Amino acid sequence: MPSLGADMDAGTLVEWRRHPGERVARGDIIAVVETQKGAIEIEVFQDGVIETIEVPVGQKVPVGTVLARIRGAEELAAAPTPPSRPLPTPGETPEIPPAVTAERARISPRARRRAESLGVDLAAIAGTGPGGAVSFEDVERAARARSPAADMRKAIAAAMSRSKREIPHYYLEASYDVSALLDWVAERNAGRAPPERLLAMAPLLKVVALALRQMPVLNGFWRDGAFLPSDEIHLGVAISLRGGGLVAPALHHPDRMDAEQLMRNLSDLVARARRGGLRSSELSDSTATVTSLGESIADTIFPVIYPPQVAIVGMGGIVQRAWVVDGRIEPRQVLRISLAADHRASNGIQGARFLEIMGRLLQEPGKL
Amino acid sequence: MNDDRLIAVVRRALESVAPELAGVAIEPSQTFRDQFEIDSMDFLNFIIALHQQTGLDIPEADYPQLTTLEGCLGYLRPRLASGGTA
Amino acid sequence: MKTTYREAVREALREALTKDPRVFLIGEDVGRYGGTYACSKGLLAEFGEERIRDTPLSEGTFVGAGIGAALGGMRPIVEIMTVNFSLLALDQIVNNAATLRHMSGGQLSVPLVIRMATGAGRQLAAQHSHSLECWYAHVPGIRVVAPATIEDARHMLGAALAESDPVVIFEHATLYNLEGDLPERPSFMDIDHAAVRREGTDVTLIAYGASVHKALAAAEELAHGGVSAEVIDLRTLRPLDEATIIASIVKTHRAVVVDEGWRSVGLAAEISARIMERAFYELDAPVARVCGAEVPIPYPQHLEQAALPQVGAIVAAALATRG
Repeated sequence: MPSLGADMDAGTLVEWRRHPGERVARGDIIAVVETQKGAIEIEVFQDGVIETIEVPVGQKVPVGTVLARIRGAEELAAAPTPPSRPLPTPGETPEIPPAVTAERARISPRARRRAESLGVDLAAIAGTGPGGAVSFEDVERAARARSPAADMRKAIAAAMSRSKREIPHYYLEASYDVSALLDWVAERNAGRAPPERLLAMAPLLKVVALALRQMPVLNGFWRDGAFLPSDEIHLGVAISLRGGGLVAPALHHPDRMDAEQLMRNLSDLVARARRGGLRSSELSDSTATVTSLGESIADTIFPVIYPPQVAIVGMGGIVQRAWVVDGRIEPRQVLRISLAADHRASNGIQGARFLEIMGRLLQEPGKL
Repeated sequence: MNDDRLIAVVRRALESVAPELAGVAIEPSQTFRDQFEIDSMDFLNFIIALHQQTGLDIPEADYPQLTTLEGCLGYLRPRLASGGTA
Repeated sequence: MKTTYREAVREALREALTKDPRVFLIGEDVGRYGGTYACSKGLLAEFGEERIRDTPLSEGTFVGAGIGAALGGMRPIVEIMTVNFSLLALDQIVNNAATLRHMSGGQLSVPLVIRMATGAGRQLAAQHSHSLECWYAHVPGIRVVAPATIEDARHMLGAALAESDPVVIFEHATLYNLEGDLPERPSFMDIDHAAVRREGTDVTLIAYGASVHKALAAAEELAHGGVSAEVIDLRTLRPLDEATIIASIVKTHRAVVVDEGWRSVGLAAEISARIMERAFYELDAPVARVCGAEVPIPYPQHLEQAALPQVGAIVAAALATRG
């Protein structure tokens, strides 16, 4: 069971797409896992043949549990788990809720098993069974009362609390005249039918990605007391879901794509985030995140880093402001971009340098 | 095309973006963004859906006219009066 | 056909004696007196002294004679007056009948049927009233059955005689006067399976012998309160039909075991343990037991009834599993 985010400690296997004996290649989707973030497709990270399936459909298992064994070219027999995550040693008792107090709670065996498979917090249920024990029916009732939105809220709460507890954030902000970029987008969209049009977000994400390439100290992870830079750039894009949910799946390699490709991938990512069809790698391998307020009265967002990443870029609304150009005041489209970065991994001067690089890139949208 | 049919066109486009809006009342003069948490990506998809249903090109410059139901009707009425596809 | 449990037993004996010349009935008062519970009344006149044999008051002797006859190729039916007295024959049953196939490497078999009365409720006091089925159900090498219905009283004997190893049949003394219909076509002939006597969804009541009728009455009462109880009649106490029990637990997730025997180290304990082993994660409440009080069965009627599982206690236990 791969970790699909710092807040995840277990997931429920809901579907096997591939079966023992079948050949799989890196990137194939072999299973679907239900998490607090919805149903996620699990990809494999190596080529080989599925040898055994270790976790049946319907079972909830802790992160690190072997889901299936794949015999690879190098006789590897490992789980489809992101390689850099430490696996718990086999046999170690997994830490799964419920948090039962020192005095063992009265929960029927059937109720306990049901609660585990549904991911229901037993400690929060008042039992109505014999002697006030929590019964199967009690668990079912609690599960019915629970909303996916509440689950997601919990997940966000856990990740953000951890971030603010552990990460010493520093914040920088700069204002940019993005008129040239918007003109470029408008010009490019002018002759095209709606499905072919770009949103300004597409070139903006490209700018962030290119700037990260030049400032690698903001792109990677803080793990085990040290910064681990990432050679690749995967931008987490914060997507708000109607009803209060929020996910930040990764847009892979935005630095290598042109604006059209990036736009296509972005719309696909947003669409899948909204209807539930994100892939495991998209939830686990972002190397930095971008959050945008879109059209909003707020000029600036001071975002919270998503651990174990070390930086997050925040974009406010684009508004017309008075701007000084060549000694004259002119109305221009102004965007304020903020950076929250992990002071353990980088210093303010590096963050400022990152904002400068973006400024330069924004002035030459044609080169993107 | 009468207003009822135009409203149906707008509704279909909105619901293609946000299926959960099926059956929800739309306040004619309030923006979709304020009513339904429609962001820029949703709005683009809404324009794409309108385009696909009506065949209208809807240039970006016209977007501000399409942010409310009232605005959409005012925009679509003259353009679909004489035989737009629907 | 309207009949009684006693007549069903007699019909079964008559059929066995008629069908197979190797069959004979032996025991205290089975002949001239017609059987302590009148099961063999008339059989002496019908089949003669050769095949309906009265014995001295010596359980060890006539059970031993039965074992010897079985070894010699006969199909004896030994009647013991009550399970209390059968303890005098425990040595023959446990050390000989149950072991000889094993100890002879399969060369010997003991196709013996032992019938005995069991249980309380007739004010016969502590030396005639105990339920010691679990003593026999403990022993490998013998099969133990407990017909609770007229139909089983009629048909289990034939199935027992068809076995090539010893079978002990427990007839509860309060059942002999049970009246009812005997279906023309038997629904159960075998002595391998438990029977679901009433289907239900909320709780399983597991019983055998006379307790089956109390469980059925409890189920009826529970139904009035909106609780759907399933009633399982074990029928065979060794080997236990685990599959039927577990299937029911998977359906109802709650169990009450009713056993006239004492709670400590008894059949109810065994059944509860099997449920724990096989269906722990199906349980929504601890398995409950309603057993005989841990005293020698008293003589006075009100004390005797107080010492036995009663319908009210079964209903209460079933409701308690639901919280």
